[in-house]
Amino acid sequence: MKQILLFLLAATLCLGANASETVKLDRAPGDVHDSASLQRGARAFVNYCLNCHGAQSMRFNRLQDLGLTEKQIRENLLFTTDKVGDTMTVAMRKADGREWFGNAPPDLSVIARSRGADWLYTYLRTYYRDEKTLTGWNNLVFPMVAMPHVLYRLQGEQTLKTEAAAKGEEGGEAHHAESHLVLNKPGTLSPVEYDAMVGDLVNYLVYMSEPFLTQRYQTGCLVLIFLGGLFVLVYSLKKEFWKDIH
Amino acid sequence: MSKSPAQPQSGNAILDWIDARFPLTALWKQHISEYYAPKNFNFWYYFGSLAMFVLVIQIVSGIFLTMNYKPDAQHAFQSVEYIMRDVYGGWLIRYIHSTGASMFFVVIYLHMFRGLIYGSYRQPRELIWLFGMIIYLALMGEAFFGYLLPWGQMSYWGAQVIVNLFGAIPIVGEDLAVWIRGDYVVSDATLNRFFAFHVIAIPLVLVMLVAAHIIALHEVGSNNPDGVEIKKKKDPKTGIPLDGIPFHPYYTIKDLVGVVVFLAVFSFIIFFVPDMGGYFLEANNFIPADPMKTPPHIAPVWYFTPYYAMLRAVPALLGTQVWGVLVMGGAVMIFFLLPWLDRGAVKSIRYRGTLYKGWLAAFVVSFLVLGVLGTQPTDFLGQVNKMDVAVILARVFTVVYFAFFVLMPWYTKADRTLPEPDRVTG
Repeated sequence: MKQILLFLLAATLCLGANASETVKLDRAPGDVHDSASLQRGARAFVNYCLNCHGAQSMRFNRLQDLGLTEKQIRENLLFTTDKVGDTMTVAMRKADGREWFGNAPPDLSVIARSRGADWLYTYLRTYYRDEKTLTGWNNLVFPMVAMPHVLYRLQGEQTLKTEAAAKGEEGGEAHHAESHLVLNKPGTLSPVEYDAMVGDLVNYLVYMSEPFLTQRYQTGCLVLIFLGGLFVLVYSLKKEFWKDIH
Repeated sequence: MSKSPAQPQSGNAILDWIDARFPLTALWKQHISEYYAPKNFNFWYYFGSLAMFVLVIQIVSGIFLTMNYKPDAQHAFQSVEYIMRDVYGGWLIRYIHSTGASMFFVVIYLHMFRGLIYGSYRQPRELIWLFGMIIYLALMGEAFFGYLLPWGQMSYWGAQVIVNLFGAIPIVGEDLAVWIRGDYVVSDATLNRFFAFHVIAIPLVLVMLVAAHIIALHEVGSNNPDGVEIKKKKDPKTGIPLDGIPFHPYYTIKDLVGVVVFLAVFSFIIFFVPDMGGYFLEANNFIPADPMKTPPHIAPVWYFTPYYAMLRAVPALLGTQVWGVLVMGGAVMIFFLLPWLDRGAVKSIRYRGTLYKGWLAAFVVSFLVLGVLGTQPTDFLGQVNKMDVAVILARVFTVVYFAFFVLMPWYTKADRTLPEPDRVTG
């Protein structure tokens, strides 16, 4: 009974927290049929994410779906293992992760299914400098996030325009991230290039969370066409059998 | 079972050999080829055979899932993703099973609604209704146990919340909850026993109940959209109801059309929207279960949300939450009384008066509104006088829901019905 009350209380509190989130999510530009974008995304993922985050359910050799050869995968993307049939695991132990970041970096195999592409796309672009946090970084859509801004060399350093804008006035309209953040120190990529890179990375995460997506759509079309034909057949059969029932 | 001691010889040696030892031909005749069903079945009569069809889909897809799934808190989440990626055709099997779970409830709710509008629970079909209600309860159990198996956040916390409901029962509650979980929190022990319930205990019960449901149905004969008994008007020579047609081939073939249309809808969901916008597969369930992190908003899957909305709508009284649990349980159990609450002169909605039609509409609206409210946090409609609007709404519709049943003996009796026809009207 106490547990129910606690749960209801916790649920209400957390919902309150959610409601005050006033950053509008930007639409992720990805297209899971664009293999060039997915290849670039895979490269970014392996280079920047796969050091701390694993993708336990994803095998390297599945990247052949994206038009890469096994040789290309072996030569360019295998940092954590030498077997191309292995899954994308990291050497960092969970306990270490918890000690270093306060939270073990989550596995990213299906992150796009729990967070959604738009959230990820906005999240990776809305880091800003904040001296009050342990890492020196904070995030608009994930306040007090444990992960520091891993891509800051590429994006540069953003800061909040005003303190009030970050919190968002209570009950105020939600705004897109641009109205909250300003780029103070440019990175090695221009904002347009950076957005494109994050777009590719998110596109890859979406692909990785359901690598059989293309196959699913294709099979679906065939199945529906088959059922359409079957319907004509069984419906005519029914009409034929039922014509003497009045 | 055999109607006559000496079965006519079929001329087929194998069949004769079997019939001399097992009533195969007699069973076939009794339940299929010489079971006379009313000829005027409409759209609503597809859902019975579809429910059986979905049961078969779930059992077959479930068997294949069991071959690769690991009921182990360390490996369960991962093994589901393994099925989705590394098992040949695994994603399809898994989506068939997850979509099938929701579609089972869609079909069952429509099947039950058919019973409501045509009075199929009325005398002499009370037992069919009771068996059906037990099937519905078993199905809820099956869905609940199965939902823990992917071991995602919603699996875990949903199970935690539901098992805690038993904890609200006075005196024995806490012990009962521990007994169900096999632990003080939902854990590996819980996962293992829920797996056992999900893959063998409840399915076995379900299959046997479905058999009882159908045997009872074939004993008394099917109702129909007119609610008249076709057995009252029989051909004097053959003894066959004048408005009856053999189930096979007429309804086997008609139901086949239903199955193909259903499969088209089913396939569309599987291949194009398996998440169904978070209603069939919840986003939070793609995060592995974490006993240390409660998700911000825990909602059951859509088919339980009407009852969940009622649970949240009932305030604590005398220092206990048990009233909400009682109301929720009562909302399901009250269906059992339906055959004895209905005092109407006619069975079918076609001949009922405005009173019954009005109450039925109010009931359907409350069920749907409660269903929507149950998917949302209680403050999603804002507040009036410091009360959540959603909670007020839920209370109002909970009252309407119960009033439909409790007042039924009076309004069905007072209702101005039309005379029933002698024969079915096509």
